[in-house]
Amino acid sequence: MRRFCEGGGAEPPAANRRRAARLDGTLLPASHGCAVAPGSSKTVRGHFVRALLLRDLRLAVRAGGGFGLALAFFLIVVVLVPFGVGAETSILSRIAPGILWVAALLAALLSLDRIFALDWEDGALPLLATSPLPLEGVALAKALAHWITTGLPLTLAAPVLGILLSLAPTATSWLLASLALGTPALSVIGTFGAALTVGLRRGSLLLSLLVLPLYVPTLIFGAEVVRRGAEGLDPTTPILLLAGITLGCLALLPFAAAAALRINLR
Amino acid sequence: MSIWEYANPKKFIATTGPALPWLFGAAGLCLSVGLIWGFFFTPDDFRQGSTVKIIYLHVPSAFMAINIWIMMLVTSLIWLIRRHHVSALAARAAAPIGIVMTMIALWTGAIWGEPMWGTWWVWDPRLTSFLILFLFYLGYVALWEAIEDPDTAADLTSVLCIVGSVFALLSRYAVLFWNQGLHQGASLSLDAEENVHDVFWYPLLVCLAGFVLLFVALVLLRTHTEIRLRRMRALEIRAARARA
Repeated sequence: MRRFCEGGGAEPPAANRRRAARLDGTLLPASHGCAVAPGSSKTVRGHFVRALLLRDLRLAVRAGGGFGLALAFFLIVVVLVPFGVGAETSILSRIAPGILWVAALLAALLSLDRIFALDWEDGALPLLATSPLPLEGVALAKALAHWITTGLPLTLAAPVLGILLSLAPTATSWLLASLALGTPALSVIGTFGAALTVGLRRGSLLLSLLVLPLYVPTLIFGAEVVRRGAEGLDPTTPILLLAGITLGCLALLPFAAAAALRINLR
Repeated sequence: MSIWEYANPKKFIATTGPALPWLFGAAGLCLSVGLIWGFFFTPDDFRQGSTVKIIYLHVPSAFMAINIWIMMLVTSLIWLIRRHHVSALAARAAAPIGIVMTMIALWTGAIWGEPMWGTWWVWDPRLTSFLILFLFYLGYVALWEAIEDPDTAADLTSVLCIVGSVFALLSRYAVLFWNQGLHQGASLSLDAEENVHDVFWYPLLVCLAGFVLLFVALVLLRTHTEIRLRRMRALEIRAARARA
């Protein structure tokens, strides 16, 4: 199982293709399934990424996978903050960038253990590992699905919640930009954490302990962008650093996540 | 004759076992000489008074806290590449010592900071990155504890150690960007123009040596314990199979 993707260079070996067909059948609607040209493994992989992504999105929307949960959590945290620190507009607008970022981070954390747990429980994960798509690609597709179901809605909802916390109007566009750039990193880091703890029965608490320290650089630069935007300073440097972190995570962490998955599937 | 022969647990214990009392003895000697010299036979600083003497605990423990993580990174890599069990067990054995060292560094810093800076804690880059390092240690140990299968645990914690190292480094520089602090710059660098005065430097060196020796002795002892625990587990399984 560890060497599932070795033969994938030109054409997947027969056994792999047979498994792939079975997996295809479960993942894709019939019209999709066998339309793939048998020789080109590149198209196969492209179809797999799309199939996996669509399947995860469908599960999130239909099967109570927590699509709106993160968003509701985000809202509740933001609503609770004024009760804790007082309703003074000056205080709220000063802490708004940090609160919005911390709340978004916690909301993203909430749904991390679902990334692999359901597939682990029903045995779909070993099946995914034997598909022609490299496990790195599976990890990336899962992270993308997580981002679309949590990071993207959080980003879009944040300006509205910024109004609740009387965030400076000049900072709203920077809030959008920083969340749009930063939340993919949260999803990829979270996918790595989920891959580490997938085999554990009570892994979700451990998952937060492992993942939250890894979120520190993203949080620092993300909140700094919004803070500088609110104060009318130039946020170019932190936004570049934030983009750098996100791109670095996207490039490297799927490999770490796939390594962790392979160890757990042994 | 290669260094990898010591990857054999039996040979490892046989070689390092006799050295243990000597290591503990040398560590105790260095620490008592260094601390007594430092506390009683160095002058008070003209600005900081006698509080400066906490550096004999603070600096070596901070030094060890960082270097223990680096040692864990190296042993994790050795485990992942060459699959030597002793290496993985040494990483496991080192982590709790790292936690204690980080705690000593944070705690002595707070004790010194209260009279000097007027506060137990500030969100200074160095203090903050040590707190983050502490969290990384906690997560690492928690992951070891959570996984039952020893080889899986060793593999996963090694991956976590590698990824964590990158992020710990990243956090260190992110925190610098985020806040400018009160903590003084490095004053022990070999290439700096102005270092700490020789009067304080020599006892500090002895203390550093003492902490390194103490760490080596403790990590060897803990690795022996881990090896024996695993051997006992294997024996118990064999006994249970024989009974069945």
